[in-house]
Amino acid sequence: MSPEFPKKVRSDLNPSRVLTFRIDGRDVSARADESILIVARQNGIAIPTLCHLDGLSERGACRLCIVEIKGSARLQPACVTYPRQDMEVVTTSERVVAYRRKILELLFTERNHVCSVCVSNGHCELQDLAVELGVSHVRYPYLYPGYPVDASHERFCVDHNRCVLCLRCVRVCDEIEGAHTWDVMGRGITSQVIIDLNQPWGTSETCTSCGKCVQVCPTGALTEKGRSVAEISRRRRFLPYLQMMRERRDER
Amino acid sequence: MGDRITIEPVTRIEGHGIITIDLDDEGGVRDARFQVTQFRGFEKLTEGRPFYEMPAITERICGICPVSHALASGRAGDAILGVHPPETAVLLRRLCNCGAFIQSHALSFFYLSAPDLLLGMDADPARRNIVGLVAAHPDLVRDGIRLRQFGQQVIEMVGGRRIHPAWVVPGGVDAALSGEHREAIRRMLPEALAIITRTLALFKQALGDFSAEIETFARFPSLYMGMVDGDGKLDHVQGRLRIIDATGGIVADAIDPVDYRQHIGEAAEPWSYLKFPYYRPLGYPDGLYRVGPAARLNVCNGCGTPLADREWAEFRSLERGPVSSSFHNHYARLIEILYGIETIGELVAQPALTGARIRALAQPNFPEGVGCVEAPRGTLIHHYRVDDNGLMTWANLIVATGHNNLAMNRGVLQVAHRFITAAEVPEGALNRLEAVIRAFDPCLSCSTHAIGRMPLVVRLRRPDGSILREISRS
Ligand code: SF4
Ligand code: FES
Repeated sequence: MSPEFPKKVRSDLNPSRVLTFRIDGRDVSARADESILIVARQNGIAIPTLCHLDGLSERGACRLCIVEIKGSARLQPACVTYPRQDMEVVTTSERVVAYRRKILELLFTERNHVCSVCVSNGHCELQDLAVELGVSHVRYPYLYPGYPVDASHERFCVDHNRCVLCLRCVRVCDEIEGAHTWDVMGRGITSQVIIDLNQPWGTSETCTSCGKCVQVCPTGALTEKGRSVAEISRRRRFLPYLQMMRERRDER
Repeated sequence: MGDRITIEPVTRIEGHGIITIDLDDEGGVRDARFQVTQFRGFEKLTEGRPFYEMPAITERICGICPVSHALASGRAGDAILGVHPPETAVLLRRLCNCGAFIQSHALSFFYLSAPDLLLGMDADPARRNIVGLVAAHPDLVRDGIRLRQFGQQVIEMVGGRRIHPAWVVPGGVDAALSGEHREAIRRMLPEALAIITRTLALFKQALGDFSAEIETFARFPSLYMGMVDGDGKLDHVQGRLRIIDATGGIVADAIDPVDYRQHIGEAAEPWSYLKFPYYRPLGYPDGLYRVGPAARLNVCNGCGTPLADREWAEFRSLERGPVSSSFHNHYARLIEILYGIETIGELVAQPALTGARIRALAQPNFPEGVGCVEAPRGTLIHHYRVDDNGLMTWANLIVATGHNNLAMNRGVLQVAHRFITAAEVPEGALNRLEAVIRAFDPCLSCSTHAIGRMPLVVRLRRPDGSILREISRS
């Protein structure tokens, strides 16, 4: 999925280079194959994220994790940027915060996120981010797309009106379940996650109905059928565990 | 200079009422109508949504009676799934409904109507509000607040949140009741019972002062509709519909809500957003019927709980046959509060109330479902159609204010005839116009207008349709 992602190697044979750099003025040390996001979190520095999920490959899709890097004019997404010796990273400058808020507001305008009637109300990462970043209103016009809901699967339902295109479902299906039922079509904000060859979920021959995609979705886009407003809560602890078990098997 | 564009105040405000009074050549009242601008496009809005989201979506229609919408919607969902909710779920739904009735009736009586009832219709409007009431009857106001709180606490303990509980689901409910909460509810009962007993006594004392209002507040013979159980006792949640005529004779009984359309037609008028339901066999507009607290007490053979039954018998002795003045909705509300408190007492004594089996799971098995409950203001019908995957293709909602639409219009006309003469509109007449509408407690006098007066526009029209005068009180 992400070609620039450094290959995982056995550290006892090829120890990664350890380097030191600065985040928000603090000296930190890191392995060269750890993203700025991971290093920041290890050091208790919070950076908001949406498409990132522990246990999945990084995608760099949402750009909420942007940080400033001294000497670079562009803001860089922390989840897919790797530290270099003596780099200086700023995670919460005024500029960064303003951009994060803008990105989030635009996410809200692109689809129909009506918390009060959403199954994820109270358990939604988009909602939490809005609270965290203090987005109390949106300055851009809403687009109000009218995506149809696909409820053809026996147990699950996808409502594109609530999708933020984080592609966690695509990654978990491909990387963990190994079915690659989900994919993406279209470009830009009209992209859409699709099942197999863009067909109703209920007709998919590759879907194993494992429900992993439903568990990782940050919003109310993927749900278990029959769940009412605010009823969804996600179980994700299986993810790092599954990933660890796979890696162990690969090593044998 | 171009044309002048005038924007009427009412077009900018949703859910506000406008009363139009047509005068004849002599300046007398020829016709009067009450217009509502609510519920636009709600049925359209839900197209394509999964049916199981409907309880939570329709809860948003009204801030006072979300529980009723959730229950009606949940029952329509039960029908689409084709399941019976487990016993515990049914008991819990009933319990939540009692809480909803108590809090809604308490709001209507103590906050909205008590100023009229206890300070007098002709009292200075600056004092005739909840603030004036606090000054004159502090104990009563305190009682009202406590009682409403009790209802809200019941909802909160059962449904998890005071307003919009999102707890009713097709097939049952989504959380069980803890033993602690059951006890907490039980402990609150004596105080609630004492309050309603006091208030009923006070109200009955004051009744003598309102003979003029009782005479004119939509007092006319009509049909009545409400839900009753197999024995003809009140049943707000699981009952079947009964319709009686002006003499009290039963014209239709044990109607399964699924068949409501065989009995109820819906007419539309170009001047109102609210549909006009009517009793089909009598046609439109003769098939005028009323729903709500007084209608329910008229159609049933009793409440089914001992204290409320005694009050019910007294209530029914007010008139021979059904109690026909809508003024008595106030009275009926108090009796229903008493009934609700007694019913809660019965429910918390049932061991099954705290059971763990609360939801029947199924796929959508039927393309259509009707859910019907008694909301505090009257019968509430939700009718849904879904596609094979359970996505909504069509919805029809009939709310209590809709059922009463014809009757409210007739009531407004009655008051206009009596209190408005030769284009004279005294303040007392305005108060009564407002109060007759409030006797039906329509949703538009909603929570945001609890303090102060209903934003109301009264418009007097000449025979040629031009506007003589417009009185607005917002
Ligand atoms: S459906 Fe959910 S998990 Fe998949 S891309 Fe959309 S928001 Fe992300
Ligand atoms: S979390 Fe880094 S781009 Fe989404």
